Amino acid sequence: MTPALLHRLILAVADEVIAHADELTELDQAVGDGDHGINMKRGFEAVRADAGTTAEKPLPDALKAIGTQLVMKVGGASGPLYGTLFMALGKAIAPDASNLSDAFASAVEAVKSRGKSQPGQKTMLDVLAPVQLALAEGGPDLPDRLPVVAVAAADATIPMLATRGRASFLGERSIGHMDPGARSSALIVASLCRALEGSSIG
Amino acid sequence: MANVGIVIVSHSPKIAEGAADMVRQMVGDSVNLAYTGGDPGGGLGTGVASIREAIDRAWSEAGVAILVDLGGAETNSEMAVEMLDEERRDRVVVCNAPIVEGAVMAATEASGGSSLETVRRTAEELSPQ
Repeated sequence: MTPALLHRLILAVADEVIAHADELTELDQAVGDGDHGINMKRGFEAVRADAGTTAEKPLPDALKAIGTQLVMKVGGASGPLYGTLFMALGKAIAPDASNLSDAFASAVEAVKSRGKSQPGQKTMLDVLAPVQLALAEGGPDLPDRLPVVAVAAADATIPMLATRGRASFLGERSIGHMDPGARSSALIVASLCRALEGSSIG
Repeated sequence: MANVGIVIVSHSPKIAEGAADMVRQMVGDSVNLAYTGGDPGGGLGTGVASIREAIDRAWSEAGVAILVDLGGAETNSEMAVEMLDEERRDRVVVCNAPIVEGAVMAATEASGGSSLETVRRTAEELSPQ
């Protein structure tokens, strides 16, 4: 991956999260403490500010740097969770991203362990797990298919009962709202894929 | 042998400070005590960087017990512990206990010179099994 492409990807993801901060906050106000948008915005503004330097690094180091920024800047439970996702991905991925599927699988495992959570509990894992399955299936249409999978998976959290995270305090009242972490995960995956269109990952 | 140190991590700086006041009233200066609350932007929440600093302030060779309130306080505290140097990492525990009662109980136990494990167990006796 060239520094120019990596730079483009970082900006695409950061801009998408920042642009949807209000929406994430509204979702979190419905089922949580209402800070997801502002927290993610703060984290990705820090990532965006460092994008130039980060993009010069080999892919594993760049991902670890992004993860560290998110851990230190986001706050909430999302900081350690997204930080862990990027740091674990950086730890497992090959510099040419040839093992993306396996590396992403180990990053999702790291998020499960950090959050003591499993898919089905109305969290970001309900997007990350189906995305990981689609990645493992592979195929030439992945960049088109992954955003569809991610957005559908976030939508599928609406009827779910939250059993982990702040939304679980609401019990049955968590039903009928999209999980904010699932939404932010879908935004990240979809913006990454759109920015990748027309360029090979390797 | 030094006493176990206590760290209080709340989403609210006021709760963290108030819980620390209650600990001080009980144990005076016999245990190292630090508290932190608020996210990196100054709102309600918790952050890894400030928790790491609190662990440093409360550091004791006997270890440090952390008391937390809600979800993110626990997740951020666990992350902060993992980011410590290897020789310190195994001497810091996050207690599964109510923050105010847990902090006072843990500090009282620590003030008698108990081990980190005993301090943690005393705090966790307050949690429903």
